[in-house]
Amino acid sequence: MSLRYERMFALLREHREGAFIPFVTLGDPNMTESEAIIETLLDSGADALELGLPFSDPVADGPVIQAAANRALKSGATTGACFELMARVRKNYPGVPFGLLVYANLALGRGMENFYARAAECGADSVLAADVPVVSAKSFAGEAERAGIAPVFIVPPNADEAKLREIAGLSKGYVYFLGREGVTGADREMNAPLASKIAFLKDAGSPPVVVGFGISRPEHVKACLNAGADGAIAGSATVAIIAANLGDAKKTRALLREFVGTMKAATNYR
Amino acid sequence: MEITKGAFGEFGGMFVPEILAPTLLELERAFEEAQADPAFGAELDGLLREYAGRETPLYRCRNITSGTKARIYLKREDLLHGGAHKTNQVLGQALLARRMGKTRLIAETGAGQHGVATAIAGALFKMETRVYMGSKDMERQAPNVFRMRLMGAEVVPVETGSRGLKDAINEALRDWAGSYERTHYLLGTAAGAHPFPTIVREFQRVIGREAKRQIAEAEGRLPDAVFACVGGGSNAIGIFADFIDEPSVELVGVEPAGHGLHTEKHGATIEKGRPGILHGSYSYVLQDEDGQIRESHSISAGLDYPGVGAQHSYLHSIGRAKYVGATDKEALGAFALLSREEGIIPALESSHALAEAMKRARAAKEEQVYIVNLSGRGDKDMEQVMRSAQGGESR
Repeated sequence: MSLRYERMFALLREHREGAFIPFVTLGDPNMTESEAIIETLLDSGADALELGLPFSDPVADGPVIQAAANRALKSGATTGACFELMARVRKNYPGVPFGLLVYANLALGRGMENFYARAAECGADSVLAADVPVVSAKSFAGEAERAGIAPVFIVPPNADEAKLREIAGLSKGYVYFLGREGVTGADREMNAPLASKIAFLKDAGSPPVVVGFGISRPEHVKACLNAGADGAIAGSATVAIIAANLGDAKKTRALLREFVGTMKAATNYR
Repeated sequence: MEITKGAFGEFGGMFVPEILAPTLLELERAFEEAQADPAFGAELDGLLREYAGRETPLYRCRNITSGTKARIYLKREDLLHGGAHKTNQVLGQALLARRMGKTRLIAETGAGQHGVATAIAGALFKMETRVYMGSKDMERQAPNVFRMRLMGAEVVPVETGSRGLKDAINEALRDWAGSYERTHYLLGTAAGAHPFPTIVREFQRVIGREAKRQIAEAEGRLPDAVFACVGGGSNAIGIFADFIDEPSVELVGVEPAGHGLHTEKHGATIEKGRPGILHGSYSYVLQDEDGQIRESHSISAGLDYPGVGAQHSYLHSIGRAKYVGATDKEALGAFALLSREEGIIPALESSHALAEAMKRARAAKEEQVYIVNLSGRGDKDMEQVMRSAQGGESR
C-alpha cells in the first residue's frame, strides 16, 4: 500500500537527501495545462506529488489554493476527470508516490468504497482528508486500507503526546506535520518544527515525517530536514506560480522548473 | 459511516481539520462542566431575564385566523433583546468563552441577527469581536451591519463562493484554525461539528420550555403542531426540544423553497439534499453527484444555507419531525399578512414558518392549536421587501 513511499524514502536516505514534494490542484488552471504542469514538476526533480481534488468549500485552505480549486472547477475538473488525469500521469511515472489531498465530502460523494477503489486504480498511493481528524477517522482509514491506499493524517502544532502516538500508528506512507497553525498559504512562514516532536513520532513508530504549511523557500526545506523531518511540501508557493502566469503556459512551466530545482537542491543534507 | 463524536443516529460527528479537534473537545468539556455548575446556570438565567428580557410572550393571534378552525400562538422571540432568538444562545456561549479564558469572539452571520447578538455579547463582556458576513448578505441586510459596527464589532465582508452564510462559516473556520488559543468561535446555528449542535440546542431549549408551559396555561393542553423555520435550524431545535417526547405534538420544520422546489433556486436541504459532510458534521447537504456543495437560494439571508443541523436530519430520518418548504412568495405573503392583520412585522425567516401554519389553518377541518416560533423581527428586511414589492429580483 505504501510501497512507493517506502522505496522513495529508502532511496533518498541512501543518497542522504530529503524529499521535496510540490502540491498542485488537479485541473488547475485547466485540465490540459494541469497535466503538462504535473509532468513538469516530475521532470524537474519532485520526489513525490501532493495532488488536490478541487472542492467548493476548502476550509483548510488559504486564498491561493481556494482560487486554484475555483479555476479547476470552472474548467470542468470533476472527480472523475481528475482521477483520469492522474491515471494518465501514472502511466508515464510508474514509481513516483502520488498523494491525494481531499475533503471528506468528495470521498463520500459517490460512495466511500467506490472513491478509494477508484483512487487506487488511478494510481494514488495515499489520501489525506483535510477535514477528518483522527477522532473521526475510523471509517475513512478503514476504507482506504481495504483499497490499498495509505491513509495520511496531520500532526498539528497543538498535538499532545497521546495524539502523536495515535497518529504515529494510524498514518501510513508518511505523516503530514504542520509547519504552523492556520490554513495553507505561503504568506505566513512556517515555524521551525520541533525536533523533539518529530523524534517522539518516530520513536512511536511513525512512518516518515513530512512538513507542510508556510514553506516557500529553500531555507524552509533545510530547517525541516535539520529538525529531523524526512521531507517538505510546498503547496501555495507552487500554486502561486500558476496563478501569477495564467495564460502563459510556457512561462509557468519554466518558473515551476526553476522553483522545484531550487527547492530540491536544498534537500541535500548531512 | 461511523460517527464517534456527537452522534444523532447516523448523523452528526466532528469533521474538522485536526488542528481544531482539541479546541472542540475543550469546548465539549467546558460545556459539560458549565451545565453541572449551578452558578453558571444562575448567571445565564439572570442575564436572560434582566438583560435580554425573558420570558418572551406567547401571543394568540386575534385576526389572521378568523374564518379558520385554528388558533395560532406566536412565540415572540422577536421581542427578545437583539430582535431574534439568537441572543439566547449567544449569551450562553459568551459565558462559556469567558469560562475557558478566551478573550476574542468570532462569528458568521447570514441575516445579521446572529452577528448582532454576538456584537451585543462582545460589548457586554468586553471581548474583541469579529463577524464574517457574505458581501451579498451585507447588501441585503445593511441595517444589521450598521448595528454590529455601532456596538464595536468588526464586520468582515466575505467575497468567496456565493458570498453568503456558507462562505462566512468557511472564513470563520479558517480564522479559528489560526486563532483558537484565545478565540472562541461563536457558531450561530445548530449545525456544524460536535459539540455545537448540542450546545446550541441546550441554550435555545428555553424557547420550547416556556412555550410548553405558556400553552398549558392558555389552552390547558399541548398544541397540535409546532412550526419553525429551518436554515441551520437553531430556532427550530430550540422550540422542538421539549416537545420531542410528546408524540401527539406534530413538529414541522419549514425550509426555504425559494423560487420553488422544482427549480434550482431554493435552500430546502432536507427535502432536496442528501447526506454529506459540510462544516463539520454528517447531515443533509445540497450537493452535486461528486459532493461539490451547491449554492442555495432564499429571499431570507438567514435561511440561505445548503446545510442543516444534524439533529434535524435525524428527526427527519425517524419521522419525528416533518420538513416542508415555503417559497419566497409565500413567505412575503405571510410577512405582509402578519404586519397588516396583527401589527407585528416578522423576520422573513420566521415568515416561512407562519406561511406553512396559515396554509394548515385554512385547510383545518377541526379545531387546531398551533404554535409558530416567531424567531425574529422584520425591521432588518425592509429594504429587501420593498425591492420585492417593486418587482425587483430577490437577491
